[in-house]
Order: sequence, then structure tokens, then C-alpha cells
Amino acid sequence: MNIDKFLNQHEQKDLLRFLTCGSVDDGKSTLIGRLLYDSKLIFDDQLSALRNDSEKNGTTGTGEIDYALLLDGLKAEREQGITIDVAYRYFATPKRKFIIADTPGHEQYTRNMATGASTADLAVILIDARYGVVTQTKRHAFIASLLGIKHLAVAVNKMDLANYDQEVFNGIRETFSSFLAQLQIPDVVFIPLSALKGDNVVDKSVNQPWYQGPTLLEFLENVNIADDHNLSDFRFPVQYVIRPNLDFRGFAGSVSSGIVKVGDRIQVLPSRKESTVKNIVTADGNLDEAFPPQAVTIELEDEIDISSGDMIVHPHNLPRISSNLEAVIIWMSEDPLQNGLTYLLRHAGRNVKTRIDTVIYKIDVNTLKKENSENLELNEVGRLALSTTKPLFFDAYSKNHETGSFVLFHPITNATVGAGMIIDGTSFDAKQTSVVQDQESRLKDHVARREFFWETGLVDQRERTLRNRHKGKTVVVTGRNASATQELAKQLERYLFRMNMNSYYLGLSSIGSGLDADIEQGAIERDEQIRRTGELARILTGAGLIFIIALSKADDYDLDRLKLLNSPNELLVVNLGYCAYKEVAADVCLNDDDNTEEHFAQILHWLSAKNIIPEYCI
Amino acid sequence: MAEYQLSQLKQLEAESIQIFRDAVSQFERPILLYSIGKDSSVLVRLAQKAFYPGRLPFKLLHIDSTWKFREMIEFRDRFCAENNLELLVHSNEEGRAAGVNPFDDGSRKYTDIMKTQALLQALDHGKFDVAFGGARRDEEKSRAKERIYSFRDRHHQWDPKNQRPELWSIYNGRINSGESVRVFPISNWTETDIWQYIRLEKIPIVPLYFAKPRPVVERNGSLIMVDDERMRLEPEEKPVEKLIRFRTLGCYPLTGAIESSAVTIEEIVAEMLQTRISERSTRVIDHDGDSSMEQKKREGYF
Repeated sequence: MNIDKFLNQHEQKDLLRFLTCGSVDDGKSTLIGRLLYDSKLIFDDQLSALRNDSEKNGTTGTGEIDYALLLDGLKAEREQGITIDVAYRYFATPKRKFIIADTPGHEQYTRNMATGASTADLAVILIDARYGVVTQTKRHAFIASLLGIKHLAVAVNKMDLANYDQEVFNGIRETFSSFLAQLQIPDVVFIPLSALKGDNVVDKSVNQPWYQGPTLLEFLENVNIADDHNLSDFRFPVQYVIRPNLDFRGFAGSVSSGIVKVGDRIQVLPSRKESTVKNIVTADGNLDEAFPPQAVTIELEDEIDISSGDMIVHPHNLPRISSNLEAVIIWMSEDPLQNGLTYLLRHAGRNVKTRIDTVIYKIDVNTLKKENSENLELNEVGRLALSTTKPLFFDAYSKNHETGSFVLFHPITNATVGAGMIIDGTSFDAKQTSVVQDQESRLKDHVARREFFWETGLVDQRERTLRNRHKGKTVVVTGRNASATQELAKQLERYLFRMNMNSYYLGLSSIGSGLDADIEQGAIERDEQIRRTGELARILTGAGLIFIIALSKADDYDLDRLKLLNSPNELLVVNLGYCAYKEVAADVCLNDDDNTEEHFAQILHWLSAKNIIPEYCI
Repeated sequence: MAEYQLSQLKQLEAESIQIFRDAVSQFERPILLYSIGKDSSVLVRLAQKAFYPGRLPFKLLHIDSTWKFREMIEFRDRFCAENNLELLVHSNEEGRAAGVNPFDDGSRKYTDIMKTQALLQALDHGKFDVAFGGARRDEEKSRAKERIYSFRDRHHQWDPKNQRPELWSIYNGRINSGESVRVFPISNWTETDIWQYIRLEKIPIVPLYFAKPRPVVERNGSLIMVDDERMRLEPEEKPVEKLIRFRTLGCYPLTGAIESSAVTIEEIVAEMLQTRISERSTRVIDHDGDSSMEQKKREGYF
């Protein structure tokens, strides 16, 4: 091997950061050990030390190397035989350099996984083929999606103990895929492997001829992460002002996102002063343009007062500037987070004081169910409303990890207590947030204010009802079977239309690229989708339409919010088939054994009983 | 490489620069712990880039255990003068007066007094609230879990159970008075990265890294260089000239050399890839017992 070539190639490789997560015994350390070992990067003396250690602490029996022992760093962990923190490992192949964040699967260490995930491009989730998808597997996937990881490799491990059975693998893939469907991770691959025996880790498995996909290493080497960066919204938090002499004044920082070019018009936040980029300076010479994550120094044409913590942006593409925001928080401290407390928030290189206005809800990381809560305990995840003493310049985390993330410090102990991901939009009016209250009463207040300020036209509801011969109504069709639910909703539109009613079906996917085009699809942004759908329902009901939507995955939380947002009008909730969420209070429950005519008869009966449509229609 | 993509080495460089600038903006009294080794040379180059065209907004601190290789001290003084760097040198004078040395006191006690205690004295004396260091996570197992901002209490102790979670590139620099933080800007660099960067950037390093005939004795399986007349020889020991070089640099009686003919960086890397003897195995102190490096870290050693 020519060393010159080797080193230059090493330098030019691209970098993939990934995290590995698994439950206690599903062989994660063995898998990483195998990756390092098979890619021939474990040094010989480490190996010989390992042989000695394996005889003392190893769990694999004599003769076999315990790859897991390669990785355990701290004494206490070594004694317990489990890893309890985030450890970083490095290896390289001719194609790529890899940084592994190795995180544990233990119940109480959600925060460690979030830490590892925050800098990762990809997550490897381990599943023990013998036990399949367990609660922790779901939690790992949820946290990965929460931290915005776009690529997932599901390593179905210990296939050797499942006789390399394709059925076992397929079963796990189906179960997990249906869970993953609600998390919106765009790129998922399932790989059957045995870390211990080496099947499909680096080398193709001869024991599983039925699997045609990539080995784990092939996937890691080839997955495309170049498109994951935000190159459109220029954000440059100023870290330091460099002023060696009177002739030079440069603003040092790293490009968080977007691209900046010499000659660009820029605006400085918070002063809102504008200037033009004169030079983009680096120690290796000036650049014509800079992109993330380059660390540069920007010189401007005009003398503007800028200090550390300010942000340079393009004037035509500003971040949100506000003292009120909502975020999903992962709580990392033994002391619970509480409503009304003040913390220090670090965002884009700046510390500001922040007050927790309210915990809107917390999310059970195992079941993804939302529940009301006054506080967050260690390793709990919740959605919060916060207000800051100075305005922040931020973007939604889903659009920009750099300007959409923050960390909370305890004001006295200085401990890092929470990690936050900012959500697109707010679920209620920001002006109201200084009053501490729960989510439901805030939404009620919001609706009351909205109705108070509603500007009415010259046609009143009575006149409209007389003309239309029916009232406006929003009908939400729910049900476990998404396609049957959608079909029923569409047929209902047709059926009512034939009866001369103003019915209108709206597919929620249609607003995804229209009304909701600015928000990401995902478990967290769903609140915002529901809010907009609720506001829309209020408007269309007022316009006298029978507005029909299919929401197959609606739960009580969603429906309650829709009902509130739709008020003063009431909602009609129709459930088709077996009730997926037992608590859902449907107004009309349809048995999926009945035919469509019977379904419509029940719906019409309800509508006439409530005087939405005249009785003679039936 | 795709458009608007940085190579991995450029990404590491950008990350290190970002960390330097962040720490300087968060702390009042920064210092850079300069060990004269190759990692320190890279660290200084990255710091220079971070504040270019300005000067470094901090000084360098070298803890002189008084048993360093002579070539290291010569290199240090030349390097700092050429680069216009302000250097502070500190030794534990009490230890020196008491004649503490690695032969009579053993590597553990000697290291504690002349390195760890000396470092803590210097940090206390300068009231430094942040100290940059050149540690890398791939060097040694217990370092794999080290944070980039590593919090130290009033007694400079490191508590592995009480490290602050570190997410994204947001670092917690909040401390109370008397506490401090060690910042490791090259945490994510591997040994190969360091060598390639030195080669690419033409960064000067101590000549001891390159092979040359040097006088050595073999002791407990290590080749120890006889660097000056203070070296205590056993009656049967006779220094012999061997073609050797060093993979890491420290106190000469405690640093093992390897036989090598590598006189260029390319040859060093070639050797590194072939021999695959991990870097720290030539440092005697790491073998003081199971988890010895971790123990030293808890006590405040780098």
C-alpha cells in the first residue's frame, strides 16, 4: 500500500456519525467489537490484553474472544458488565470514517441515548431475534426520530440462535415497520445478522441466502447523508469578535446552515442593522463562499456593532424572532422540571434566562401516549411552552438542528438539566403565555378570544341554513383501517352531494403539501396539523359546508382538541369498525360488517336528530 | 465528494475551531496546556486558525516535570519563539527541592508530585477557569467517554458519575468560582488524522518522533533512552546505540522507545499500520494496574 495515497485518501473520506442502541443483552457491544475487529482496526496489543481480560470477566466462555470487553471504559461499568454512558469509538474503511456513539439501552438512561443521537446522522437499533420488538426497541426508535435522525438500520441480531430463520426475521420486520410508520423516519433498512458469528456485519452471511440486502457495513458505507444538511437558510451565530488592529474587525463563527457569499447583503440580529459581506476570512486564505459546518471569520463593508451571541442572516430569510416558544424537552436531571421555574437556556452560542410557562403534556416514551403533567422527571419527554428574557433567533428543529436546539442549565448547580428541540409554530396565542395554565384551558382561552374577535359578514347563519337547507357540520371519520376510513369518508361526500347538500371531503395528505407545507410530518408536529385542521373546520362549518375528513389515527387527545377548536360548532365523530382507541367517544359507531347503505342511514339519522339536516331528507 | 461537503479532516478541523471559539467566549481566564507532543502541536495550530488573523487570546502552559527529554525543551522554546506564543513554564519546586525522581519514588508517586500536583499548583496560581488539552478519545478506553467540556470541581477532581450531558455542539461552560473546565478540542481526532494533518499543514514536531541512533537500555521490556547523566543504570546495564524513535513523548525515564527506521511521516504511518501496537502501550504509567489512567484522571492528571 502506498502511504502517500493512503493518507490522502484518509483525509478526503467523508464522515458518518452514528449511534448504536440496544437493550441490555442484545449484543450491542459485541456488534461494535465485531465492526472494529472485522474492519481490522483493533490493534494487536489491545487484542492480546483482551484475551487475558476475557478469561477474567468474559461471558462468552473460554476460547472465544469477548468483543464486548473491548469497549467498556469505566471501572464501575466493567464490574457490572454493562455500559452506562455514551462512549465514542472511531474506525475507518477505505470509503468512510465513522464515529460511533455507543449508548446503553437501560431504562434510566434515555438521556444518554439522546446525547448520542444529537450528533448522529444514523442510528443502528439492535433487536434480539429471540425476543423480537420489545418496549425498549420502540423507545429507541422514538428517541431517534425525536432527535431528527433520518436513517435507521435495524439490526436483527443473534440470528444464529434463531436458526437463521427467515420467518423470524420477517415477523420482526413487519411488527416493527408498523410501529415505525408513525415516526416518519424516511430511510429504514432491516438486516438479519449475528454479531458473534459475524454474519452480515462486514461479510455476507452464508447462512442466510434468502437475504439479498446489504450487510451492516455496506449500508453504513453507502448511505447518502449529503442531502441531510440545510443549505438554504443562512444562519451564522457570532462566537467571537477578532480585532487584531484598527484595520481589521472580523466576526468569527461557524456556518450553522445555508450558504454565504462575498457580496451578500446581510442583516444582524438583534440590531436589525444591514451590511454587505466584504471578505470571508480563514487562516488558509479568503473564501468566495462558506457553507456548514465551516468555521470562518466574516468581515463586513460597514462598521456595525456586533458582539458574541449575535446572529448574521440574510435579510430576505429571517429565523423566527420571539421570546415565546414551544419545544419538546428531554429532562436529564434528578430534580424534576416544574412549571413556573426559571432556568438558563443556551441556544446558538448565547445564554438567556427562561421560564417554563407550562408543561403542555408529557409523552410516554414507551407507548407514545400523551398525558397531562405538571412536571417532568428524569428521562421523561414532554412538550413545553417557555418564555425567555431576551428574544431568541431560532428555527424549528425539524428544519434546522443547529438553530432549533437548546440546552437548559440549572441556575444554581449549573448542571445540564434538559435538552430542547423547538417546534414549528405554537399551539396557542403567544401573548397569553405569561399566564401559567394547562393546555386545555389555554386552548379554551384561545378559542374564546378568537370567537370574540370574529368578524361576521352580512349573511347570518339562519339565512345560510334556509338557502342551503342544512346546517354546516364537520364530520371526522376515524377507524383502525385507514383505507376503509378514507373510502367511507369519500363515499359520504358523494352520498350527501347527491342529496343536494354542500358536502366537501378533504384528504389530509392534500394539505400536507399545501396548508401544512411549512411543517414537518411527525409525531410532534402532528399537534400543529391538528390545530390547523381544527381552525379550518371552524371556518368551513361557518361557511355552511358539511366538511368531511378521515383521521384514522385520531386519539382522544386529537379529538378533544379538534372539538375545542371547532367550537362554537360541534363535531360529529364517526368511528368505523373495531375501536382502535377504546376511550374515543364516537357519536356514531359503525360496524364494519354492515354495508355502506346501513352506515349512511345511521349517519343521516344522527344528523337529522341534531337538526343539521331536515327530517324529510331521509 | 459532493458539492458543499467537507472532507472528514476538514470537518474535524472546523469542529475544533468551533470549540476553541466557544470556550473563549464562555470563560474569563483560558490557558492552553502544552505538552510539546505532536497532539499539542496540532492543538496550537488549530488555535491559531481559530483566532486568525488575531493572536491567541490565551497563553501556553507547560508543566515541566524536570525529567523531560532535552530535545523536547529545545523544541518547545524554539517553537514558541517562532510562533510568537506566550509560554508559562511551571515545575513543582517543593518536589524538585526534595529531589523527587522516577527512580527512587516509583512512577506513580513521581507522576503525582511532579506532574499532577505541579499542574494543579499552576492552575490554582493562574486562577484559570478553562484549560485546553490535547487528549483524544481514541487514545485509551477510559477517554472514550470523556466529554469535550470536562467539568472539574474545586479540587480539580473529575467524577465519572457526574459528567454533564453534551448534546449537539452546545457546551456547558457554567461554573462557580474555584471550579474549572478542561476543554478537549481534538477529542474526535484519531492518530491517523493527527499524522495526516501534521503532514498536510507542515506542522513542526519534536525530532524524537523520527528514527535516529540513540543510546538506550532495555528495562522491563521497554527501551529507555539515556538522555542525560541523571539516568540511573543498574550494574549490568550498558547503554547501546539503537535506531529508535518515540510514539509518544513524556519523561524520558518513563517513556519507552521503539526500534524503527522511520524518518518521515509516511514511514511512521506505514509502521503504525503494520505494527499495530497501540499508542499508549509505550507509556509505563498506563500499566500501573487495572484502570490506572482512570484513577489518575480522577486525581486531576490530564
